[in-house]
Amino acid sequence: MLRSHNERLLNKRSGVELSGAEIVVQSLVDEGVEFVFGYPGGATLHIYDAIFKHDGINHILTRHEQGAAHAADGYTRSTGNTGVVLVTSGPGATNVVTGIATAHMDSIPMVIITGQVMTQLIGNDAFQEADIVGITRPCVKHNMLIKDVKNIASAIKKAFHIAETGRPGPVLVDIPKDITAEKTQYVYPKSVSMRSYQPRVKGNDRQIKRGLEMLLAAERPVIYTGGGAVLADAHKELTEFARYIGAPVTNTLMGLGAYPASDKQFLGMLGMHGTYEANMAMYEADLIFAVGARFDDRVTGDLTKFSPRARFVQIDIDPASISKNVKTDVPIVGDVKVVLLQCLEALKNLEKPEAERTSKWWQQIAQWRGENCLKFDSTSQFIKPQQVIKSLCEITGGDAIVTSDVGQHQMWAAQYYDFDKPRRWINSGGLGTMGFGLPAAMGAQFGNPDAQVACVTGDGSILMCIQELATCLQYKLPIKIICLNNRYLGMVRQWQEFFYEQRYSHTYMDSVPDFVALSESFGHVGMRIENPGDVDGALKEAFDLKDRLVFMDIVTDQGENVFPMIPAGAGHSEMVLRPEENLKPGELS
Amino acid sequence: MRRIISVLLENESGALSRVAGLFSARGYNIESLTVAATEDSTLSRLTMVTRGNDAVIEQILKQLNKLIDVVKVVDITEGAHLEREVILVKVQAKGSEARDEMMRLIEIFKGKIVDVTETTYTLEMTGDSAKISSFLEGLKNTKILETVRSGITGISRGKSALRA
Repeated sequence: MLRSHNERLLNKRSGVELSGAEIVVQSLVDEGVEFVFGYPGGATLHIYDAIFKHDGINHILTRHEQGAAHAADGYTRSTGNTGVVLVTSGPGATNVVTGIATAHMDSIPMVIITGQVMTQLIGNDAFQEADIVGITRPCVKHNMLIKDVKNIASAIKKAFHIAETGRPGPVLVDIPKDITAEKTQYVYPKSVSMRSYQPRVKGNDRQIKRGLEMLLAAERPVIYTGGGAVLADAHKELTEFARYIGAPVTNTLMGLGAYPASDKQFLGMLGMHGTYEANMAMYEADLIFAVGARFDDRVTGDLTKFSPRARFVQIDIDPASISKNVKTDVPIVGDVKVVLLQCLEALKNLEKPEAERTSKWWQQIAQWRGENCLKFDSTSQFIKPQQVIKSLCEITGGDAIVTSDVGQHQMWAAQYYDFDKPRRWINSGGLGTMGFGLPAAMGAQFGNPDAQVACVTGDGSILMCIQELATCLQYKLPIKIICLNNRYLGMVRQWQEFFYEQRYSHTYMDSVPDFVALSESFGHVGMRIENPGDVDGALKEAFDLKDRLVFMDIVTDQGENVFPMIPAGAGHSEMVLRPEENLKPGELS
Repeated sequence: MRRIISVLLENESGALSRVAGLFSARGYNIESLTVAATEDSTLSRLTMVTRGNDAVIEQILKQLNKLIDVVKVVDITEGAHLEREVILVKVQAKGSEARDEMMRLIEIFKGKIVDVTETTYTLEMTGDSAKISSFLEGLKNTKILETVRSGITGISRGKSALRA
């Protein structure tokens, strides 16, 4: 529908003389862009005027440029379509840097268009001038400054191409104001070809065969998958592959949902706050089959103690992610989905694995599972945050899009919400950006208007982009904010309790606002929940309010900590399962 | 281990700072860096000398390849290669004995005296890093007023050529 509409407009406008500003807008329309998240300013006045005159583009006005970037990001993570951000020069551009870095760390495709001061003023310390190409160079996949109106359309096409192919990432296009006023003949390129950029998609067949033979011969295999499996939309192929092999599967924080959480082969998340069974399996494995995962430090713990007896097969689209932290025995460079399809094909010519081979392994895993590492005290007089997430999962049928901020609530959401589908769990895993959750939920709701969208947050994080409540009202976004309010910066407090002899330096939030009054002042529904018995009823009530944003201020147990935990500097076999156990202070980092 | 890495990159503004920025952001060291245009005006050729173990060098090559403006990357120290550096040194040269001694030294190293005043010589010498080191060693007893080195450039031996 959108495409055919665009094609009509494309036909109508192609070859016509347009201003740079009109070219920016028309290029986005011709690229099939559904939404632009932005905030206007001096250097983008021409572009905003072109938006005003064009009926083919949906511009979403956020209340802060950072909100625009996170909203575009949430839209992308939940739909797979590239998010677009449009902001002005100087502070408008610097305000999106956190959002760009967030997307970059998690390999999220994004195109950011920034206004720039007029060409002749560049370098003059002009009003609202910032060298945004220089500032963002380390946190974008690529960026460019446009110097000629003739290059705008091709630069935008190139930006989408680079953002979406290979290992995805944000691409920034900086356009001086005078260039948006000049005119030229408009032609939007159909395709891009670059001699310096030709990402590899298909895996090497010989390597694939070697990797599969190792996997089939292994007695203690683990399939370890990450965000790459979600980004490549490879959940179906991954599930089919893992079931055929019969090996246990663990997902990283970024990979949750790529393999169904309710499946019997699923071990849960691994890493610092992963499950006992996932981490022990990683430690004892003789073969790790990594799929779109980058052996991040939160996953591996101390590298010298990481999977000491394992050999490694690694599928990744980015050659630089292979053997970066852990030396890989069989590297396979390629798109995760394409390579898994190649694997499924190659398996037809290899002997089918016998269940016998791994039966001892599964017995061992059953023992670890018997630890029931995610159990928590459910008799407390205080609301347990874990219980809130379990109830949320139940009441939403496990099918909500859940965004989160960063901290304890993020870990509880990852641990206790069972994600059976990809693109349902949206969080800043790499950069760990507080303030991400609410704007990301907005983007997710725009992209999935009929979905239930929940933002799991804390009393610290939510204040970092609280202004976006106004955007939610303007566009009538019925997001449910689940604020696990413990009056602390809980994750930092947890580390201070364990490793700094309970010196709670600046982690107590002394004057938390009245969130009910605050959300009501923004025109939304506020609820305060203080008793464990009220949680389920309140959640149902909130989700029944289908067309309203509800801010649920849930007062939780202040002393609750996230377990299990691998203290920094420890290995997978040195987990602390419960608060009673003594934490051995590791090396702090 | 010392490596000489050659990079062909798009001759676009900012391309050099992407390469330099990569090294500082990821904590790789750069001993020297040279860059200039090639016979193809759309391409620049960059040569850098770095040190690191095999794992670090592998990451450096991969990370360089990942930069969008980078067309080709090769570690020329992997095979037979030539390396050259130009050094210009302004030294004190007072009195005929000192001046004669300097002439002999520059002849041994097949260098040139490219500028002269009544009290100074400016010397030019080209060579690989070992030759430059010995040359500087030979100047140990001479008062050096100023030194400038071009940084190492290099090319592989044989028929194969680094082209886009």
